[in-house]
Amino acid sequence: MTEKKHKNSLSLVHSIKEELKKDKLAMISTIFLVAVFLIVYIYSMFLKQSNYVDVNIMDQYLAPLTTGHLLGTDNGGRDIIMMLMISARNSFNIAFAVTLITLVVGNILGVITGYFGGRFDLIFMRFTDFVMILPSMMIIIVFVTIIPRFNSWSLIGIISIFSWIGTTRLIRARTMTEVNRDYVQASKTSGTSDFKIMFREIWPNLSTLVIAEATLVFAGNIGLETGLSFLGFGLPAGTPSLGTMINEATNPETMTDKPWTWVPATVVILIVVLAIIFIGNALRRVADQRQATR
Amino acid sequence: MWKVIIRRILLMIPQLFILSILVFFFAKLMPGDPFSGLIGPHTDPHEVEALRRAAGLYDPWWEQYLRWLGNAIHGNLGMSYNLKEPVMTVIGHRAINTFWMSLLSVILTYLFAIPMSIVAARNEGKWQDQLWLTYNSITFGIPPYVFYLLIIFIFGYSLNWFPTGGTVSPDAMGIIPVFFSKIYHMILPAFSLAVFGTVGIFTYFRSGILDEQTQDYVRTARAKGVKEKVIFRRHILRNASLPIASNFGFVITGLLGGAIFAETIFGYPGLGQLFITSISGRDYSMITALILLNGFLGLLGALLSDIIMAMVDPRIRIQ
Repeated sequence: MTEKKHKNSLSLVHSIKEELKKDKLAMISTIFLVAVFLIVYIYSMFLKQSNYVDVNIMDQYLAPLTTGHLLGTDNGGRDIIMMLMISARNSFNIAFAVTLITLVVGNILGVITGYFGGRFDLIFMRFTDFVMILPSMMIIIVFVTIIPRFNSWSLIGIISIFSWIGTTRLIRARTMTEVNRDYVQASKTSGTSDFKIMFREIWPNLSTLVIAEATLVFAGNIGLETGLSFLGFGLPAGTPSLGTMINEATNPETMTDKPWTWVPATVVILIVVLAIIFIGNALRRVADQRQATR
Repeated sequence: MWKVIIRRILLMIPQLFILSILVFFFAKLMPGDPFSGLIGPHTDPHEVEALRRAAGLYDPWWEQYLRWLGNAIHGNLGMSYNLKEPVMTVIGHRAINTFWMSLLSVILTYLFAIPMSIVAARNEGKWQDQLWLTYNSITFGIPPYVFYLLIIFIFGYSLNWFPTGGTVSPDAMGIIPVFFSKIYHMILPAFSLAVFGTVGIFTYFRSGILDEQTQDYVRTARAKGVKEKVIFRRHILRNASLPIASNFGFVITGLLGGAIFAETIFGYPGLGQLFITSISGRDYSMITALILLNGFLGLLGALLSDIIMAMVDPRIRIQ
């Protein structure tokens, strides 16, 4: 058993490596993304909160390439590069947290409902159908505005209310196809417990799919959080996000005359999300291959 | 056929019931009540208090709920706090704007997505397929608002090709100039929505065509010597459109949904923008009404989709 598992995990890493070797774009994206994460997290470790909260009106809206400010300054006289780093860190943190919750909840619920099926599954699916029909964006925005003492954790919770459904449905569908395979039937007849079949036997077979799904969910969450912050309903004041930086563009004058305040943040979002998508596409191909060859 | 439709409508009743309870409690969570909209600088707070008591805001919740439900069914959702107008009147005006813009964007979306999927599916695995697959995975992943901002920055503010807000220019007079001015104001938001909205149709339609191509009836038709063109148009395309049809109900009701990001960024006064301004102005009766409307449209969309599917696909009727 342990030997088989070991071999399985080895070949997963192996096939991902093979796919990255074939897909140069995904390879570059991976290296790039790792570099971005390292730079952002290491740089922001050395920043104090006063660095990005304090306002210095004398330096307001300095143009790029002014001494000491390579990309200029924003409306609070803060260096754009520093704001980019700290904002990117905050946005990534939120996206990581929501993705983690989404994946844990989605995988557990998806495998359980897909494995047992029956009446509970039917009711559960009706429930998710219903939640998917609700205007989620509007409800999230309302929650953000009416929750007392709103902070980053509340934002993570609010976004997670709706985000788990897609993953749950995907994992459920794949689990249902696995359940009818011989190895599950064999395990059942030999008396393996349901819990063990679900999470030790079926779930590892979905792991590639889960990784591919994770990248897409992560990209989606970056978009959702920065979008909310852009509209002014995301991260609270004092916690800058890439979205709050782009929010400068809502003022037509700032948008046209001071593009350096908002363009860098859009570029960061675009490049990071593109890199994630290219990696995700490569991972999905690996998942499909492994599904097909088994 | 009628049996299917009636059964499906009956299924919607409990859903509507749950939706109304949800929205009702949502409204209760928000500060303010229908009379907040009447408060001005010259109103006596005691008078408003008396009105509240008379309207039964201190009654048990189920009585309040039933009364609220009755009012909602009659289209009475209270007064807007900021605009001092009945909520339904404001929504009505904005809904017209949203409807025309969404209609244009839906038409453009289908115009983009359908040829795209046909080209991709006909050249499965070749560069055309790769190109459109990549395109759709990119538009699916990139947050659309970033793209809208760049579009309005380039075509609206920098090049001045398109207006950057509103639905009609003030100096357009007469029916035809007004019509063209309206279209002109809609083009940028509708086009952007369409460019970023192809992924749903593309995914379903492309995989639909690929699935149908390998079916037995296609092989039979080929063996009989039917021309490849005819097979594709008459047999494959028709069957591959089924998954698109299954979503059509949502497309119809979505015309009134309002696009929050696009309307806010392009300054287009539709329901999405109304929602954001209402939130910023803490206009709670308006917010409640908009959420109720959107939830209802979603349920209606599911209903319409099922009915359309039953109409176009006889297999569903038999089940």
